[in-house]
Amino acid sequence: MWCRKLRQESKRANLNDVTVSTYLDHAATTPMSDIARIAMIDELGKIGNASSLHGSGRRARKVVEEAREAIARAIDATPGEIVLTGSGTEANNLAIKGLYWKRVQEDPANNRIISSSIEHHAVMDPIQWLVDHEGAQVTWVSVNERAQLNVDELVAEIERDPKVALVTVMFANNEVGTLQPITRIIEAAHKYGIPVHTDAVQAFGKVPLSFKDLDIDALTISGHKIGGPLGIGALIVKKNLDLTPVLHGGGQERDIRSGTLDTPAIRALGVAAQEAHDHLSERAVRMSALRADLTARVLAEVPDSRSNGDAETLPGISHFTFVGAEGDALLLLLDAQGIESSTGSACSAGVPRPSHVLVAMGMSETEARASLRFSLGFNSISADIDALVSVIGGVVERARRAGQVSKR
Amino acid sequence: MSGGVDSAVAAARAVEAGHDVVGVHLALSANPQAYRSGARGCCTIEDSRDARRAADVIGIPFYIWDMAEEFRADVVENFISEYAAGNTPNPCLRCNEKIKFEAVLNRGIAMGFDAVVTGHYAQLRGSAKAPTLHRAVDHGKDQSYVLAVLTPEQIRHSLFPLGDTPKEEIRKEAERRGLSVANKPDSHDICFIPSGDNAGWLRDRLGVAEGPIVDEEGNRLGTHQGAFTYTIGQRKGLGISQPSDDGRARYVLKIEPVSNTIVVGAHEALAVSTIHGEKLRMCGPTPQGVHRGFAQVRAHGAAIACTYEFVGDALTVLLDEPLHGLATGQAVVVYDEDRVVGSATVTATL
Repeated sequence: MWCRKLRQESKRANLNDVTVSTYLDHAATTPMSDIARIAMIDELGKIGNASSLHGSGRRARKVVEEAREAIARAIDATPGEIVLTGSGTEANNLAIKGLYWKRVQEDPANNRIISSSIEHHAVMDPIQWLVDHEGAQVTWVSVNERAQLNVDELVAEIERDPKVALVTVMFANNEVGTLQPITRIIEAAHKYGIPVHTDAVQAFGKVPLSFKDLDIDALTISGHKIGGPLGIGALIVKKNLDLTPVLHGGGQERDIRSGTLDTPAIRALGVAAQEAHDHLSERAVRMSALRADLTARVLAEVPDSRSNGDAETLPGISHFTFVGAEGDALLLLLDAQGIESSTGSACSAGVPRPSHVLVAMGMSETEARASLRFSLGFNSISADIDALVSVIGGVVERARRAGQVSKR
Repeated sequence: MSGGVDSAVAAARAVEAGHDVVGVHLALSANPQAYRSGARGCCTIEDSRDARRAADVIGIPFYIWDMAEEFRADVVENFISEYAAGNTPNPCLRCNEKIKFEAVLNRGIAMGFDAVVTGHYAQLRGSAKAPTLHRAVDHGKDQSYVLAVLTPEQIRHSLFPLGDTPKEEIRKEAERRGLSVANKPDSHDICFIPSGDNAGWLRDRLGVAEGPIVDEEGNRLGTHQGAFTYTIGQRKGLGISQPSDDGRARYVLKIEPVSNTIVVGAHEALAVSTIHGEKLRMCGPTPQGVHRGFAQVRAHGAAIACTYEFVGDALTVLLDEPLHGLATGQAVVVYDEDRVVGSATVTATL
């Protein structure tokens, strides 16, 4: 345990006080928009199980279906293609397990899954589970140093053996932001009738997305990434695509996903999806400008630093490697200054491990551990960038000093 | 913050004293067990969650620092090699010396922190510039012995808020503060041997190496499974079928790693009146000349009145009353009343 006797140095007050912070971790979660929040609070005061046949049920059902239509419009799908789930992770599990089980049932030889080496754990872990417990085989297609999928490799994998249950590649990477060549992937897979799924939780609401134009088979979105509430997500899935459900029960969502519908959250998701869609271009322009400013100024402020990712990227993500500093030290020091960011790595046994995404991009473990992600949201302002830039030099310097002290 | 009640209350007290506190849990195992129950050691994932919960209740930031590699190299490997050399190490001392108050403290200071606060039962007195280390008020819980390896510089950057309070009071205080760890049992033994079976753990790593058990005349009495699983003064587990001539119990007197021999004998042969120690760790300036004080050779052992002298890098301790069973490699800590003077590693006993 530690203390710092110079209380005034730290802007982070007691957890129980109101803290002043610069939030730069929107990729982890972003605030609910005002209208989504108001809609949800309003709905929380009302009663009705959308599956009930009486008046209260019908009222709730109407709210759900209106939200469903709003989501469908926002993603350019039909309402019948929206399956509401409890989170993006759940939607990913439903897509991956549901498609795999159905495809293998149709033809047991279709037991291969093709994915990328940079997926979020919500895709990686269901796949790995199928490998460990259901006899699936997986090919994790590699990426280049900018986290772009090596599409030729994926195409070659399909051509080599088209007995594939499904292909799943994220629309954009959550750590460094790189947009993936989804259209080429769909083209290659559809040649053999292989369904394609994409985890679009980071991309929806940030870049133009048309479910119809993409002709993709399944797509995941998440409420709390777009200004909606936590605890709600959706799988957008072609009607003719059969999925084995993960959750069995009351038969909601056309038997695909049982569980009482969370009417307040769904209503808020509909509002948020519509809002994100309506304001998409103007937000993307503003966030890109802020991002460019953040990246340039941090690089100027910190010697021996570099930014990661590709020009074709999500507008809000800015990822850096600060050679010689440990990510967890950077995080702590920034946190003490009220600046909230992320190392982007998953915690294993409570201890941060170097990100598999960065390692897949070719970074060494040391470089991967020296990395930090800043992500912007619809309410980010230039003062946030100013706050970060004013402290980042000193923070990296201290973290580097602490890094030299450790034997590792 | 280990996830135990002591470090939780220590953190709370430090906050109350006006310090700006950050909670750190040390991940020391490459493979932590998931659950606390059944683990006699420390620092399972459940422990880290308990620590995190305590930090949240107290209202301080909480982080986990990965020190598994340093811990393995400086504490676990040292533990194994000391046993292989026929010594009896104390890993908690090594951990304090190398990890908690060195690797962790140095990292903290480089990051701008001033001190490490722990839930150890010990007291600091004197000025902030030259604090002295003392026993805790609760002599049964006193942990000044394992802190005796700290240098004056390290002591200057340490705080021990619990030393002035008996343990049961600390538990009550934890409850008053709304800390759910108030009734969590203390961890025992060695944190990285959750089963408590030290001998088995060592056998897994050092293998079984059978060798003779002999008496002081060299007569073979039996066979042991590995010299490293025994310690001086041990009576149980010798597996000697024939009783001794006088019918009294036999004790391990000597462990000879080179010949893989264990020498056993009567209890009186264990008597030690003089202790030689080296590798001094002084908590303050080294006193010159001969002094009266107390010696302690186990973490919760008795303090034995003695006369001691530091000469060069060596310590000689003459006990007023002999103690029975002292192995090389153990730490001897010298006290002036209740103040820790310093410690040494036992190299010879008479």
